[in-house]
Amino acid sequence: MIATTYAVPSVLIFVTSAALILIGALGVIVVKNPVHAALSLIMTLIGVAVAFVAQSADFLAAVQIIVYAGAIVVLFLFVIMFLGVDHRSTTELEPLVGQRAFAAIGVLITIAGLITLMAKSNWVTGALSVSNAGQPIATGNGNVKQLGMAVFTTYIFAFEATAALLIIAVVGAVVLARRERTILSDEVDV
Amino acid sequence: MNVPAAWYLVLAAILFGIGAFGLLTRRSALIMLMCLELMLNAANLTFVTFSRTLSDISGQAIVFFVMVVAAAEVTVGLGIVVAIFRRRSSTSVDDLSELKG
Repeated sequence: MIATTYAVPSVLIFVTSAALILIGALGVIVVKNPVHAALSLIMTLIGVAVAFVAQSADFLAAVQIIVYAGAIVVLFLFVIMFLGVDHRSTTELEPLVGQRAFAAIGVLITIAGLITLMAKSNWVTGALSVSNAGQPIATGNGNVKQLGMAVFTTYIFAFEATAALLIIAVVGAVVLARRERTILSDEVDV
Repeated sequence: MNVPAAWYLVLAAILFGIGAFGLLTRRSALIMLMCLELMLNAANLTFVTFSRTLSDISGQAIVFFVMVVAAAEVTVGLGIVVAIFRRRSSTSVDDLSELKG
């Protein structure tokens, strides 16, 4: 019944993105090699980008690929290569007894709670936005224009704050990762 | 008729759950950061879904900011991992137990 009432292309796109997302996410938490986990993460991120395109968020899909797959995962891979791949299996040992079972129960309760909450509230409630005159969100160039207008007018303060945040993050990362030769010599008791 | 928003919301909930499970059970700080990315992506997917359904561009604008914050968080997080690895040659969070009473 479900497959016949919805447009076939949108169902196919959803199934594709769901498969990419779920297989990739399971790969991240299951595989032992961190490099493979990073590659699985890329798979999930591409699946999310597909879901973004299907939901008329074209610009965000491009940003998702460029920033996440292109920058963040590469940063992960750099650090993995820098530290060396840790071949000691860290998945089997379980220092806290029953931790995995408790985590599974808690996560299942969370998922069930989220889905129940959304189902009881009719999935998506609320009035359509008046700022967009009730029109659907544009795709392609129109999406970039709409998003740019929102970011540079309504959210200009948040935009400037993210600029400051990025500067702070870069300075913080440099300070953290810097090798402190002078201090290291007299810190023997640590 | 297109796929309803509910499908994407359920997908995002499951993705969030997988990320949370990985964060709770994995021991490597690097993998934990990756699981954090999964959870942030689940939230982003929810934002975009609501943005489409309510035809409000603000959801997408917030996803944009979440991406920036995620990039900053990964930068600092990996810097911390590298700094810890310098001291004790391990990225396992179980080895960081100095504050244990």
